[in-house]
Amino acid sequence: MARLTAENVQRARQLIALYPQPRSALIPILHVAQEQDGWLTPDVMAHVAELLDLDPAEVYGTASFYDMLFTHPVGRHLVSVCTNLACLINGAGELLEHAEQRLGIAAGGTTADGQFTLEEVECIAFCGAAPCLAVNWRFFGNVSNDDFDQLVDDLAAGRLADDVPPHGTLCRVRRRVGLTAGGPPDAPTDEGSRSPQDTPS
Amino acid sequence: MITDAKPIVTARIGVPQSWTLRAYLEHGGYEGLRKALTMSREEVSQEVLTANLLGRGGAGFEAGKKWGMLRKAEPVYLVVNGDESEPCTFKDHMLLEEDPHQIIEGTLICAYAVGAAQAFIFVRGEFALGLERLTAALNEAYAFGAVGRNVLGSNFSIDIVAHPGAGAYICGEETALLESLEGKRGFPRDKPPYFPAAIGLYRAPTIVNNVETMSNLPWIVTNGGQAFADLGIGRSAGTRIFSLSGHVRRPANYEVEMAKTTFRDLIFDPKLGGGIPEDRQLKAYVPGGVSAPWFGPDHLDMGLDQDAVGKAGSMLGSGSVVVMDETTCMVRAAWRITRFFHRESCGQCTPCREGGGWLDKVMRRIELGQGREADLDLLLDVCDNIAPGLGWPPQKTTICVLGPSIPSSITSAIKMFRDEFLVHIKEGACPFGR
Repeated sequence: MARLTAENVQRARQLIALYPQPRSALIPILHVAQEQDGWLTPDVMAHVAELLDLDPAEVYGTASFYDMLFTHPVGRHLVSVCTNLACLINGAGELLEHAEQRLGIAAGGTTADGQFTLEEVECIAFCGAAPCLAVNWRFFGNVSNDDFDQLVDDLAAGRLADDVPPHGTLCRVRRRVGLTAGGPPDAPTDEGSRSPQDTPS
Repeated sequence: MITDAKPIVTARIGVPQSWTLRAYLEHGGYEGLRKALTMSREEVSQEVLTANLLGRGGAGFEAGKKWGMLRKAEPVYLVVNGDESEPCTFKDHMLLEEDPHQIIEGTLICAYAVGAAQAFIFVRGEFALGLERLTAALNEAYAFGAVGRNVLGSNFSIDIVAHPGAGAYICGEETALLESLEGKRGFPRDKPPYFPAAIGLYRAPTIVNNVETMSNLPWIVTNGGQAFADLGIGRSAGTRIFSLSGHVRRPANYEVEMAKTTFRDLIFDPKLGGGIPEDRQLKAYVPGGVSAPWFGPDHLDMGLDQDAVGKAGSMLGSGSVVVMDETTCMVRAAWRITRFFHRESCGQCTPCREGGGWLDKVMRRIELGQGREADLDLLLDVCDNIAPGLGWPPQKTTICVLGPSIPSSITSAIKMFRDEFLVHIKEGACPFGR
């Protein structure tokens, strides 16, 4: 768990090529790094800094600003319970309390086995199904306490592995081509070949 | 009233696999782009000006006018704002997941009209499925020849990049979004001079438009700007998606004709919100995102009209309406919104960074039954320091409008439900039991 793998360096280079200025690829590359390790290790941030010719502090400075980028380890399943207004008035406070009891951790904590991190989050734009939550940014709506227990059981047993990839994996569909407007179309990158799921359902 | 205007941007929602190229082409997809490419750039811009399309992100600025304000310099960039984070707004989330090709087509039309060198669709990081569907749709659109070199066989070439955010409300603010797109912390820039149309992405002239705004363009080009302007009333032209949530039987996104449809229609009509569960009484509602001052039942017959709502002291903002019934503790509701702003402050400006924290603290102690009567004046005093005069639209003491948005819920709650604060303070507990 130190630096980016050779394959991920390749992905990083392809991302850099999409932007007029390399630094614009920083956050997309940090998502790749988080997909690799589940969080952003100091070593990996230093490696990303090398790739972008930045100071490691600049990478850390950007990473530390954003709620989705973790500079400390988190569980395999990041459970994000919304308690903003629409959810609040539809029982989100009670749901969060139940989640804390069920997982045996306070919001912000991680279970001892590293399977679950629980967090209270701001609105995740799923308010038509309040109260709602996300697990690794896959959304679940109208969540009752019983639904929550079932969800935790399913996640722990691996029954939702297809729907909910491990924490850090954000987008399982890869861009197939580089920039083409300025010249003849690029040959397809090998990015696409690893991702069978081109039309997520 | 509910009009018989057909939906524009949600027309394909519910079509099986609506996010695929196949479904999109079967339902008129890329026809607007095809037509636009037979027109001059100026003609396309003129149609959008005629349409009177107000930006659907929150500020409500005329899209066509924005395009006309570009500084004359090369290159020009187009950035589509899909960082939807205003609490209780969930329309762009839906558009990204259900109809990404419509966003791509709108982006292409806009890029053509403004002569963009490259376009970026900034997707809120949390929208994992939206990102996957948009990326897959872009792959399809490239293969189809709608994006990239010589779009649909024309001389127009453009690349579109789907860019993931990483979780920060402030990045919905257009200059913070540009900083984030440049790989930095999401710190808003001072306006002036950093109006994106003048000094935007990489200091180049840049158009930043919302996802729903882009999604309207294929229809406008296909049907003509006048057909769009004929819907709604005056400046509030066309249809618009309203995200309805809170205490309603049918919380969802509803696309309705602007101005002619009222808040009462939206909340109570059986085809729309369907009213409040168990026929409880309406207490108040947020008319346009939690940055907006609240309305009570006395404003229910007001149309969903940009200017009328503004004149009445609030805003349609991001188009989210949150209904709060008689079971709602208004102190708790206002405190939750305050805590949101405090958490999401980027920290650049003192009134927002510190003021938000103070307000959070005072609201918390009132809700927990530890407040004192002087706290009401204290709250208003701190609010006044953030947004002097407490008028609407608020005065600014900060770089961006996040800070001046903090007072809205507190001043609304105190003005409309002062007694509820006093009960909390006198009884030393929340009368709603939590």
